Amino acid sequence: MPFLEMKNISKRFVDVVANDRVCFDVERGEVHTLLGENGAGKSTLMNILYGLYSPDEGEIYMEGNLVKISSPYDAIELHIGMIHQHFTLIPNLSVTENIILGLPSSSGFLLELKKAEENIDNISRKYELRVDPKSLVRQLPVGLQQRVEILKALYRNTDILILDEPTSVLTPLEVEIFFKIIRRFTEDGLAVIFISHKLNEVMSISDRITVLRGGNVVGTLKKLDTDANKLAGMMVGKEITLSLDKPSVKKGKRLLEVRGLSVNSEKGGKPLVNNVSFDIHEGEILGVAGVDGNGQGELADAIAGLQPVSKGQILINGMDVAHLSPRKRIERKLGYIPSDRQRVGLIVDFSVAQNLVLKNFCDPPFSTRRLFLSHKNITSNADQMIKEFDIKVSHGNEKVAFLSGGNQQKVILAREISGKPDVLIAMQPTRGLDVGSTRYVHQCILQHREQGGATLFISTELDEVIAISDRIGVMFEGEIMGIIPGGDRADLEQISLMMAGVREQKTKKSVS
Amino acid sequence: MWSIVFNASFITDFMAAAIRMTTPLTFAGLSCTISERSGVFNIGAEGMMLSGAFVAAVGALFTGSAWIGTGFACIIGALLGLLLAVLSITLGANQIISGVMINILSLGLTSFLSRIIMGSAITQKLPTFETWGIPFLLKIPVFGEIFFRQSPLSYISYAIAIILTFIFFKTTWGLSIRAAGENPRAVDTAGINVCLVRYICVMFSGIFASLGGAFLSVGVVRYFTENMSAGRGFIGLCIVILGKWHPLGAVLAALIFGAVDALQLRLQAFQVGIPYQFLVMLPYIFGFIAISGVVGRAQSPEAVGKPYLKES
Repeated sequence: MPFLEMKNISKRFVDVVANDRVCFDVERGEVHTLLGENGAGKSTLMNILYGLYSPDEGEIYMEGNLVKISSPYDAIELHIGMIHQHFTLIPNLSVTENIILGLPSSSGFLLELKKAEENIDNISRKYELRVDPKSLVRQLPVGLQQRVEILKALYRNTDILILDEPTSVLTPLEVEIFFKIIRRFTEDGLAVIFISHKLNEVMSISDRITVLRGGNVVGTLKKLDTDANKLAGMMVGKEITLSLDKPSVKKGKRLLEVRGLSVNSEKGGKPLVNNVSFDIHEGEILGVAGVDGNGQGELADAIAGLQPVSKGQILINGMDVAHLSPRKRIERKLGYIPSDRQRVGLIVDFSVAQNLVLKNFCDPPFSTRRLFLSHKNITSNADQMIKEFDIKVSHGNEKVAFLSGGNQQKVILAREISGKPDVLIAMQPTRGLDVGSTRYVHQCILQHREQGGATLFISTELDEVIAISDRIGVMFEGEIMGIIPGGDRADLEQISLMMAGVREQKTKKSVS
Repeated sequence: MWSIVFNASFITDFMAAAIRMTTPLTFAGLSCTISERSGVFNIGAEGMMLSGAFVAAVGALFTGSAWIGTGFACIIGALLGLLLAVLSITLGANQIISGVMINILSLGLTSFLSRIIMGSAITQKLPTFETWGIPFLLKIPVFGEIFFRQSPLSYISYAIAIILTFIFFKTTWGLSIRAAGENPRAVDTAGINVCLVRYICVMFSGIFASLGGAFLSVGVVRYFTENMSAGRGFIGLCIVILGKWHPLGAVLAALIFGAVDALQLRLQAFQVGIPYQFLVMLPYIFGFIAISGVVGRAQSPEAVGKPYLKES
């Protein structure tokens, strides 16, 4: 009899089946991984186990007894703890306050901060999860915030620990340390459920692996009976390769030059982008790797003109645009694919045709005398783009909100690339897309490169950055740690070190 | 004119008025503080205050007791708080619009009902509270009578501020309230019922606002007039910012606004040559300055104004 068993769990949202009769179990002392692509239903299943969603069908058993989990409160009572992908910490409260939030105190209703701090100290010493209980959460780096999340779960005597993509905020070195901690948990008899879509991590930490695809269980395997290739095949339904067909392009003149660029934080403190310099030439892709939240977003926004520049220059074709409006920068041939396509890239309640002319509806042929819109030309432009970029939509007047993520991204690509920009900034352009759409985005960007455009390609998916880039810069806390060759010549070890904040010069063999 | 202003009797008179003006503002500030701390904007504080003033007046009129009238005011405040909670928390309606609706509803209903119920009784003064003097402190020359002989409702407002400070920062309940205003999802995953926390806070918010209203009608002028809250509930929203979402900060901020209001009244009396309409604006102009961040910015609770809906 398994320690925890989920039987035939189904969950439907308005238009999608997130889980379809999923069965899953976990034993004490093991790491059981849920593997699958974005949208495969991993988080939904675990949110059901944690009481955040209620299942439409199915039962949950603990040690053979049927249990009903209708709120996180029930889950906590059953000693289930969950570390969410997006932390559920409160930045303006202290570590201790965050950890004891929602727990009854022995004196009834008084906060017992002193006693709690001692308890936290004991737990953090036991598992080597050092963190100062008095500091405010917002003062802590992301890695430490995650420790607070874990401490929060342990403080509640957790028997089952759910980790939802815990490594996405960690550097490769931090991941190693994190895995050591997980192993200590399983030695102590905890049951650990690990959610991930990163194959190498899954192979290194799991005891058993359940693969989900489109809300269904593809299979449950022992790690010893499988390998990364087999798992990848199960995940996507067909074998895939991540190498890109990249013809060599002659490097031309310099199109984008960034010199000493800094962006200050509104809240004060360390600049979000700190003295960043690089250049990109015709026919070149400069990749930017780094753990999420190290200033990549602010760098992209600063170049596009959405974030004020505190210091430094941004030269497009030799002309400084650092203090020009976004509009003026567009006129100087800058294209931008923002990371948040639904809020920044598109107006989702507008039609496809309208979204396609968002940047130039004031210009002929889309308006006459800069005043009257020409619907005929806007529509015919949409028809042409839909065909050219293979946007799956019945007609141009359909609302963008009804399109899938991949097709929404195609609308942005069509708008940005069809303007034939000299410089293209692509911020997380494949986030949340399926394999086919991801490949299409890559092809579009490579095509832009072949036509002599310069591209700044920012992504937190390391594999992708390495595959597509000619050169790679690594960002850490707002600074570029170094720029090294991309593609086949990329040095993964060096990138990992730089992602953890080690500068390029210092990454000789002396660092182990 | 300045010689009049700096004369001793003017100053004691001014300070006594300032304190009197402060009490309803303190209640408004505390009302908005507790609801915003839990994550809900209470734009409806104005209407809750007006309804409180009206119900207290009617209650006092029929029972002959200011205390019973004030008790009725608390009930109507809690009910209006409940209405705001149902609209903005359970139904997820826009908090600003829900609040404005409560204001319009209150203004319309109290004006209408006051003509029906009190139309004939308007000349009759309502029962009021005995002021309470604090022994010993009362003996301090000049200031003793100003600061230590006040309406019981004023003392209640200070007591509420102290109790709220204790609850917010020293109890598990307060931690839940502060957390609900910062990140309701975190509160939910910690196994606390976010909606329950917000319901309770918004209902107390209504009670505090209506206590301020009761002070206006039965506490000071001893009658009810249409729209007698006259924007004090809105000033509460400024007080929260100036007081940095701290109950004691709200008391201080209310005192500043009360002083500005009292000064404005005095200036009117001295006929300084400025049309009185401009003087009446003084507290609001001061409000603009206060919220524009001149006084130093504090962070508002992160999630205030955002409905929390679970499965979305």
